[in-house]
Amino acid sequence: MTADDVDLRELVPAVLSVLVRRGADFATAEDAVQEALVRALSAWERESPADPTGWLITVAWRAFLDMTRSDAARRDREVRFDTEPPAGATTSADDTLRLYFLCAHPDLTSSSAVALTLRAVGGLTTRQIARAYLVPERTMAQRISRAKRTVGRAGVERPGDVPTVMRVLYLVFNEGYSGDVDLAAEAIRLTRQLAVLVDEPEVHGLLALMLVHHARRRSRTRADGSIVVLAEQDRSQWDTGLIAEGIDIAQAALAGGQLGEYQTQAAIAALHADAARVEETDWVQIVEWYDELLRFADTPIVRLNRAVAVGEADGAPAGLAALADVDEHVPRRDAVAAYLHEKNGDLELAARLYADAARNAPNLAERDHQTRQAVRLNQYLQHHG
Amino acid sequence: MAKYLLLKHYRGAPAAVNDVPMDRWSPDEVEAHIRFMNDFAARLEASGEFVDGQALSPDGVWVRYDGDGRPPVTDGPFAETKDLIAGWMVIDVDSYERAIELAGELSAAPGAGGEPIHEWLEVRAFLGAPPTVTQ
Repeated sequence: MTADDVDLRELVPAVLSVLVRRGADFATAEDAVQEALVRALSAWERESPADPTGWLITVAWRAFLDMTRSDAARRDREVRFDTEPPAGATTSADDTLRLYFLCAHPDLTSSSAVALTLRAVGGLTTRQIARAYLVPERTMAQRISRAKRTVGRAGVERPGDVPTVMRVLYLVFNEGYSGDVDLAAEAIRLTRQLAVLVDEPEVHGLLALMLVHHARRRSRTRADGSIVVLAEQDRSQWDTGLIAEGIDIAQAALAGGQLGEYQTQAAIAALHADAARVEETDWVQIVEWYDELLRFADTPIVRLNRAVAVGEADGAPAGLAALADVDEHVPRRDAVAAYLHEKNGDLELAARLYADAARNAPNLAERDHQTRQAVRLNQYLQHHG
Repeated sequence: MAKYLLLKHYRGAPAAVNDVPMDRWSPDEVEAHIRFMNDFAARLEASGEFVDGQALSPDGVWVRYDGDGRPPVTDGPFAETKDLIAGWMVIDVDSYERAIELAGELSAAPGAGGEPIHEWLEVRAFLGAPPTVTQ
């Protein structure tokens, strides 16, 4: 499927939830909807039906009946379902929301919840999801069918909730992407849908956070995949439309006065995005937001990021003092320490720390980046030291 | 979601608890071992955690570039090479803890006397793609 199919995939959650409401078991209904999507791709090539949702429901329902019939024939049992679809194929927002909850079921591991959400809510094919996560299609197919069984067994009495759904969507967004599916864009699409279904400030905060980060994506890496740090990004490449939308959504959410983790992260991202030049960044306010964020998520990563902001707002010694409180083993600590020591004028220590940061980097792009930093300082020290 | 490499060594790993070379096992013990390895891979496939698994021949050769227009230089194999990879399995799992758990199960493959080998396996994390949000 290509980007043109996004409109079609928009209809997936509503169609699937109608089938489930009619009594279809979740796993088979999900397969039936995928089948209907495949048929729609060829049937709609020349002309789309007047009522695409109704078309998909009808075709998916027939596919479901075929699947259960052949199943039932194998087991030599009666078909339990009416062959004619019940009247009133109306879709409901509550049902669609429940589908989000099901796919983020607390019994699922996060990788299973991610895969199931992308298929059952996102309408992506197993192959697309497998390629995006660089695993064999067979493995992804098993992961999804296992997830469907888990959800089927656990039943709908104890579905997930909005926070678990948000965590799943954030994971999808943050994973980076490969293959022919842009996972970040897909996460944004699904979060937009979620924000229509539930009017909660944190959902809007998450959407705002994603939009502002997504707006900067072109400037974050060079053509060869190497990293461009925030301070050095070409801000003229930032998508000002997305940033404006993100900031509007964040401000509206924050005005509600029910602060939360995602809104706070969105506020920080918005402050970065709001600076036309890096020198105009309001670091003092960013530190204040990190202090807020610590209330919701006192994690080593938040403390690490806060130390960077303190270093910019109050100078490198203050940043290093803040860093002293950060767990020794948190990823990227060496990188932050190197940066702050360099800023503080201790180039030899900084060079050593950049080399450590390269050795401990969680991915290749960051390793290359930290290696270049170490080389830059070592070259300088050789000539001026 | 992270990928890990489970590395099995012919040589170079600390000695296993049940450290009898495979050529001294009974035929049944060998069959049981092979069955265990196949079952393990199949089980990972069923749980949606399998990415790849391969075994390697022990006869490695060293190769290096020898300048423009010249064929590469080869050397070896060296019988005395300290570290020798026997094969690997790549898994895609939710956590480091899960990777350790699976490596532990793989190390329980049966060997001589049908007892677990308690073989030392090396677990290495893949360097993945950078995340979207790092600030």
